[in-house]
Amino acid sequence: MQDAATTMTATGVSDRPQAGERLRLIARNIFPFVIVGAIWEIVAWAGVFPHRLFPTLEEIAASFVHLTITGILPRHAVETIMRLLTGFALAGIAGVAIGVLMGRSRRAEDIFLPLVSIGAPIPGLAYAPLFLLWFGLGNISAVLLVGFVSAFPIIFNSWTGVKAVKEIWVRSAQAMGADDRRLFRHVILPGALPYILTGLRLGLAQAWRILVAVEMLAAVPWGLGWLIFGARKFLNTDIMLAGIVVIAVIGLVLEKFVFQKIENYTVVRWGMITS
Amino acid sequence: MTEAGQRQRSLLRGAVSVLAAAALYEAMARSGYFAPALLPTLGTVARTLFSTIADGTMIEHAAFTLYRVMFGFALSIVVGIPLGILMARFQRVEHFFLPLISALMPIPSFALVPLFMLWFGIGNLTTILIVFYAATFPMVFNTWSGVRSVNPLWLRAAGAMGADEQRLFWKVIIPGASPFIITGMRQAFLRAWIAVVGAEMIAASDWGLGWVIFDAKEFLNTDVMLASLIVIGLIGFAFERLFFGSLERMTVMRWGMVRAAKG
Repeated sequence: MQDAATTMTATGVSDRPQAGERLRLIARNIFPFVIVGAIWEIVAWAGVFPHRLFPTLEEIAASFVHLTITGILPRHAVETIMRLLTGFALAGIAGVAIGVLMGRSRRAEDIFLPLVSIGAPIPGLAYAPLFLLWFGLGNISAVLLVGFVSAFPIIFNSWTGVKAVKEIWVRSAQAMGADDRRLFRHVILPGALPYILTGLRLGLAQAWRILVAVEMLAAVPWGLGWLIFGARKFLNTDIMLAGIVVIAVIGLVLEKFVFQKIENYTVVRWGMITS
Repeated sequence: MTEAGQRQRSLLRGAVSVLAAAALYEAMARSGYFAPALLPTLGTVARTLFSTIADGTMIEHAAFTLYRVMFGFALSIVVGIPLGILMARFQRVEHFFLPLISALMPIPSFALVPLFMLWFGIGNLTTILIVFYAATFPMVFNTWSGVRSVNPLWLRAAGAMGADEQRLFWKVIIPGASPFIITGMRQAFLRAWIAVVGAEMIAASDWGLGWVIFDAKEFLNTDVMLASLIVIGLIGFAFERLFFGSLERMTVMRWGMVRAAKG
């Protein structure tokens, strides 16, 4: 993924259009959606599938607008985002702390590594029923599960990052008389930051993927996952698709405007990785 | 201290920490402070695990899950690798598919489960399609970047030595892109494994490890739940480390495409 992501940014930069080219680029990017949309319309109108299960694009757009104006869709979205941020904040704090500790102290590494290696390969959602039993249906389970699951990549990457700090930097800082605190703040933390950021990025992506499913299982009163799952009972395919569109947009915004921005501002600027 | 001594001590400490965690859990389970239905002792979990394996139910569940994940994963390879190669070799294809893929990729696969349940019903088809959806994107993406990153010097060298299109493709491009393709398969399997468990939970059918866990919740069979969690973890771990690890060693590392030490 790392490789793919870097390639993406690389092409993004080289493709940057000069005024006249811009229109063509936009047209080129929209074209596939027009084709797919047209195919969808044709299939929907032709009545190959029952109309309730395969609504036309106008109906999806209409229910999207309706739900947005009545404030239902924004409320679902806000609740989901709040849950995502709370869970991710928990994971970020605990994950970076444990990871850095593991990287710095051999003892902590020996204690935590086996536990983390046992917990990590189990798909996050498999823990969901267990969390539901232990912490009950609702918000607490959902947030805790999201935090728990997204902590693993953060721990692993922070740990690797601290271990990857060059020995010679540490020793030269010590030779120049840096105490432990300064060593940590000025050498280890900046040195490990590219890895920690990668970990946070992976963690947030994982949190986002898990959250939608958790909302379906945990019977929370509001949330996009619950919206699309509930719509299934009444065969409201249009509401479901409108919800999926919102989920896609949030995912896209997270990817484009949060991760890439963070990476550009910090790591790339310091020249730790080439964009 | 010698390297070997250091290693031994790490192993010892690791074992101690696992044992301590187990003992803590056992103490909590036996304290009677929590309901035994919610926090079964390790002995109960182990007994449940053995009895379900002995009477074959666990194996049957695992077989159903593996069938779904393998089917979906194979589909994603069949679709993903050719699509990735086409996207990298022909700009038209890339221009058409890249925007679509970028738009679809951020949709978590679980968000599509309710929709697929309506369209395809409950059962194998829905689960396999969800797995396919989850696994295809890393496959396409990595193949695409792999083929694009083949050193142009190699292409020109092979061309100068008189390789035709076909030979160029099989002897240069495919081996050159293989580290990325194998990484893609690895990521795809990981995604597929996560997706299959989730899809089985939500689109409940009658068999499958995800379904067992979710079903056990209804009857407060926490021991069954934990036993299936162990099985899920072990299968995932076996594929990730043993299968893909050795695949990488057999192909890419032997050809000297990546260094052996990788994280």
